[in-house]
Amino acid sequence: MPRPAPEAFLAALPFAAALGMRLESLGQGRARIGMDWDARFVGDPATGVIHGGAVSALMDTCCGAAVLACEGAIGTATIDLRIDYMRAARPGARIVAEAQCYHTTRTVAFVRATATDGASDTPVASATGAFVIDREATRP
Amino acid sequence: MTRPEPVQVIKQRRDAVLHALVEGVPYIAFLGVRFDRLGDELTAILPYDAKLIGNPALPALHGGATASFLEIAAIIELGWARLWADMESGRLDPAQVQPGAASLRLPRTIDVTVDYLRAGLPRDAYARARVNRFGRRYASVRVDAWQDNRDRPFAQATGHFMMPQPPRD
Repeated sequence: MPRPAPEAFLAALPFAAALGMRLESLGQGRARIGMDWDARFVGDPATGVIHGGAVSALMDTCCGAAVLACEGAIGTATIDLRIDYMRAARPGARIVAEAQCYHTTRTVAFVRATATDGASDTPVASATGAFVIDREATRP
Repeated sequence: MTRPEPVQVIKQRRDAVLHALVEGVPYIAFLGVRFDRLGDELTAILPYDAKLIGNPALPALHGGATASFLEIAAIIELGWARLWADMESGRLDPAQVQPGAASLRLPRTIDVTVDYLRAGLPRDAYARARVNRFGRRYASVRVDAWQDNRDRPFAQATGHFMMPQPPRD
């Protein structure tokens, strides 16, 4: 089955589209997805910092995309995801997440991700999770 | 002897404080999350909306929408728990509790782990948070979320949060 075109990939996920996520690259168990700052996503109105939940959504989407970018993957679901928030994202800055499947078994993918805002070398957040990986049926 | 406060006065004060806590956060409004209150117990409600879907083929709620919902439930529970004692003792002046007030500052997430137990169905979801440790510096919170059956949670989360620090003199 051919993989959907990268630009169509996120448009098919309503919640990713609602958060304005854009796929920047996809392939070989890796994905990079950006999310622009938006006043509606703010968690702390005093500072304009994006809500952690929106960053979590970006991380979950990016990790799922990395799983689908593994050879033979046709579907995925999150088993668990841990996110560490290292610092507040700079208000107004676009946040870019990069995820990598660092190991897969027949049914499980192990994924790591970081999110950066371009303001510092220290990521805004990092994530690690386990995902279900559905594969194409292999012929005998 | 002082008479107890009329019940409607107490309810009005508690609801006003809860409303002010929730109303100031744009992302809570964006998701459509609201809170029911029974005494000091809060239940977070995520009304179903088509934009919350992640997998249109099933369809199922997006894991990120679920994670956001659980994190919101945890943060509001902590902000609420922090205000409760002051609110009940009368130290907190309800007139001061306007969106943007210093007393309404919310905790910041240190880390959160979400366990996805089953697919989120395209219907309303509910969550309750339980504060397992409430320290001056940080707090540890556990959240359970369910849909039709309280005994069949579809997601759980554990998170750690930095409590807002009072301004230094």
